[in-house]
Amino acid sequence: MEKSKKYFAGVLLLVTGMLFIIFWHYLPVEVGGQRPGNIYMLIFYNAFIAFTVAALFTAFLIAVSKRAYIAEHFAGFKRFRHLLLLMIKRDFVTRYRRSVLGVLWSLLNPLLTMLVLTMVFSTVFEFDIEYFPLYLLSGQLIFNFFSESTTLAMSSIINGASTIKKVYVPKYLFPTSRVLSSLVNLGFSLLAFMIVFFILRAPSHITMLLIPLPIIYIVVFSMGVGMFLSAMAVFFRDVSYIYGILTTLLMFMTPIFWPVAILPARVYHLIHLNPMFHFVTYFRDVALYGNVPGLWANIICIGFALAALGVGVYVKMAQQDKYILYL
Amino acid sequence: MENAVISIKNASMMFNLSRDKVMGLKEYAVKAIKRQLHFDEFWALRDVNIEIKKGEVIGVLGLNGSGKSTLLKLVAGVFKPTKGSVTVRGAVSPLLELGAGFDPEFSARENVYMNGAMFGHSPAHMNTLYKDIMDFAELWEFENVPMKNFSSGMFARLGFAVATQVEPDILIVDEILGVGDHLFMKKCEKRMSDLLSHGTTVLMVSHTIATIKSMCTRAIVLDKGKVIRTGRPEYVCRDYETGAYIG
Repeated sequence: MEKSKKYFAGVLLLVTGMLFIIFWHYLPVEVGGQRPGNIYMLIFYNAFIAFTVAALFTAFLIAVSKRAYIAEHFAGFKRFRHLLLLMIKRDFVTRYRRSVLGVLWSLLNPLLTMLVLTMVFSTVFEFDIEYFPLYLLSGQLIFNFFSESTTLAMSSIINGASTIKKVYVPKYLFPTSRVLSSLVNLGFSLLAFMIVFFILRAPSHITMLLIPLPIIYIVVFSMGVGMFLSAMAVFFRDVSYIYGILTTLLMFMTPIFWPVAILPARVYHLIHLNPMFHFVTYFRDVALYGNVPGLWANIICIGFALAALGVGVYVKMAQQDKYILYL
Repeated sequence: MENAVISIKNASMMFNLSRDKVMGLKEYAVKAIKRQLHFDEFWALRDVNIEIKKGEVIGVLGLNGSGKSTLLKLVAGVFKPTKGSVTVRGAVSPLLELGAGFDPEFSARENVYMNGAMFGHSPAHMNTLYKDIMDFAELWEFENVPMKNFSSGMFARLGFAVATQVEPDILIVDEILGVGDHLFMKKCEKRMSDLLSHGTTVLMVSHTIATIKSMCTRAIVLDKGKVIRTGRPEYVCRDYETGAYIG
């Protein structure tokens, strides 16, 4: 029983991986391109995608989990919603405890990092990027959310040991609350982005209304990765060290402070394997360039997000009863 | 039984000893490939069958390591049985043992709200319960003090106050009553009898035979993970004290 589950998880991973590789090689993937006809098109587009995400997500959950699991996730959620809210609040408060500026750091941090990086990169590399601070900030915003939320989620189960050992609480609350508290942080980063946007008098686009979309994608993606990591970290504490190095690697492989154009043609295809590339590009398309991302861009982002969530939920479901024995 | 609130059927709980040995990914992989991954099995509970009806007060007796706490944790949902099943109908109190679910880094106030939320109560509802909880625990002075600075008696008082004020269907008490002073003990006993008159089911572990005798309606004796006797507390306790079961 145990073994067959592991094999199933392996096959699931393999199949999703292969599907993605087929994706890039045989389908013409163009990120961005179409411009919106008018505002109604935009709204329709937005609604359509939101609906697709919801439908896919539900179908996916039903397919992956058994009925009892769905009951735990949704019926249980109603009872524990207050707890989730308190946990998010607590995560956020703990972050800035005993700092003088407190929550203001959420706003200052991205701004100051952006200033430093802009100084460094505009003198050293001289990339030809319009509104470089905004380019940098937008990449940083998405990537930092991902790395912060997943890193926090990874240790969430271990840190929640004192609670898990004594009271029954659904285990998904721990990584979920970390991801959502990082989302609050992302809100502040977005505010910082807007401030810089107006200072630089960059041209605004109607597509900025689509900003919630890439954010939903990255939240779902981070949730999946976070759940997977939180489960793994319980059994192997080494995971946290490995992951620290992996995120650094991923950061340099994501076009945060360098333009995609500097890549040689043969590497250009490889970068499509990096999920963060798609999320960052998607965000820049809607927030900076006024492009409505094409259908493929959406399918790729949704695909990555749901694949991550699927693996995360699956691993968590299979392992959660064993957490307690390792804490 | 139709009206059982807790039914434990053939429940066994197995732990792998030697799990605490630090094992890295590499070591694990090497051992997995060599098929050297074996653990010493330890059965904390074996084939336990217990049906508990609404309103019963069950006292669990047994020597150290006989599986009492494991049994309570199974009922609380912290452990899942390795074999068999544990079905619980109703809301189980968040009290298990000293400092149940309290985060030592946070103040008493924050912990009370957190504990309430674990029980499914909204902060608004907790506002109405908060005064009673603090009155009962007599901890108003330390309301905003991080709980790491609390004494074990204060921990126990707050724990008991929260667990009983949130009106649970099932209350689980693991040796907690032994910590408070005699005045607080009296208050606890009064509060317990109030709860009992409202039909709360109680499952308690105590080494104080007198407590079991005075409060319980049924006593269970565990030895090496097996239920070796259940029955009326006065008889069970008498035999337990004279050592008729063990040793």
